[in-house]
Amino acid sequence: MEKEDLRKELKVSAIENGTVIDHIPTNNVFQVIKILNLTEYNNQLLIGTNLESRKMGKKGIIKVTNKFFESDEINKIALVAPSATLIIIKNFEVVEKKKVEVPDTAEKIVRCFNPNCITNNENISTKFTVIDKVELKLRCHYCEKITARKNISFRE
Amino acid sequence: MKNKSLISINDFTREEHIRILDLAGDFENQPRQRILSDFVVATLFFEPSTRTRLSFESAASRLGASVIGFSDSSSTSVQKGESLRDTILTVSNYCDIIVMRHPREGSARFASEVAGVPVINAGDGANQHPTQTLLDLYSIRKTQGSLENLNIAFVGDLKYGRTVHSLVQALCNYNTTFHLVSPLELKLPSSIKIDIKARNLAYHQYTDLTEVIPNVDILYMTRIQKERFSDPLDYEKVKNAYILRNRMLENGKPNLRILHPLPRVNEITTDVDDNPKAYYFTQALNGVFVRQALLASILGVVD
Repeated sequence: MEKEDLRKELKVSAIENGTVIDHIPTNNVFQVIKILNLTEYNNQLLIGTNLESRKMGKKGIIKVTNKFFESDEINKIALVAPSATLIIIKNFEVVEKKKVEVPDTAEKIVRCFNPNCITNNENISTKFTVIDKVELKLRCHYCEKITARKNISFRE
Repeated sequence: MKNKSLISINDFTREEHIRILDLAGDFENQPRQRILSDFVVATLFFEPSTRTRLSFESAASRLGASVIGFSDSSSTSVQKGESLRDTILTVSNYCDIIVMRHPREGSARFASEVAGVPVINAGDGANQHPTQTLLDLYSIRKTQGSLENLNIAFVGDLKYGRTVHSLVQALCNYNTTFHLVSPLELKLPSSIKIDIKARNLAYHQYTDLTEVIPNVDILYMTRIQKERFSDPLDYEKVKNAYILRNRMLENGKPNLRILHPLPRVNEITTDVDDNPKAYYFTQALNGVFVRQALLASILGVVD
């Protein structure tokens, strides 16, 4: 890790064990917290917003102690913060770094923006095909309508 | 196509579409055959649609099938709060194929995933109505001799009409040139234009109906509904511009035919009905043959 990066990282304290979610668009930090249900989290949670980033201008960071995410939770992050990096920390050491990727499909987590879609009116899991990973456009498997980035919301 | 559900027009390949049209031609020549006498067809109409339901029931009856079902969900346990899943699971036990119309988009796809029998979508909200598209294709092929290289005009509400959207998508397989005639407020959505562009096909947009008539093989008329306009004044301005009158057809090509999914209100004046170019009532009849072809092939009695 470059020296300059290290100094910025330290604006939010290091954690001993857990996951660092870095490079979150700063405006989406609280959305990520909500999606991952971290408002209910009983361990230490360190949050930084509006941190300087060479790549992004401004970025957000979340450090979650003693938590290692499952892949379907990672998918949720990708939909709201496609630029996010996940850093796995064990004993204060980085053991793994991975880029979050927008998945080909999104199941259960996203709500269809079409109020007349059957998934918003019966107890049915949602299913989408990601038809544009850059612009983030999701086609509903059921009603075939396209939910675009600006309309994405997540199921509780 | 045996046991295959038909939910969206793209569920069937171009070859399967053609096969259905060919079979429909056979049923037109011989509409009464008792080939489905061992089968029960359920028509579940969660919202009323007289034309589509009667057309399906006529198709099933002419092939000797028994028909069960309902034409309005207010008289069923749906009214008591039963979920769609439970209704479909239950009805699956009583029949060999389900034909359903439902006001919610995506309901038919969901039903096909829980039903133990194949499902034909007879309209799911504003989403899909594939049997209408197939009968439109049948009518176009029958009147023009082929589906290839035609000039087809769509007139009226191109923004909200699911019939128009599905037919445009299906016609993208046949090198069609599209002529899109609508008020500015009701233009074809860009999500459908993407499909036209993806095939490198030409489309032309107009606001004037008279301009397009001499150049096209098919004039597909649709109804403009007042409730589609946020400002009632905008509706008043355009409402008479998309009415087809008999005298407007003088410059039409000899092979020009007028199609309309019906019901018509005032967008085609009744003096057009006697013009040999009017085809919309025969189009509705063709729906029976196409639905016979679908029932027979999905139930596996024809290949």
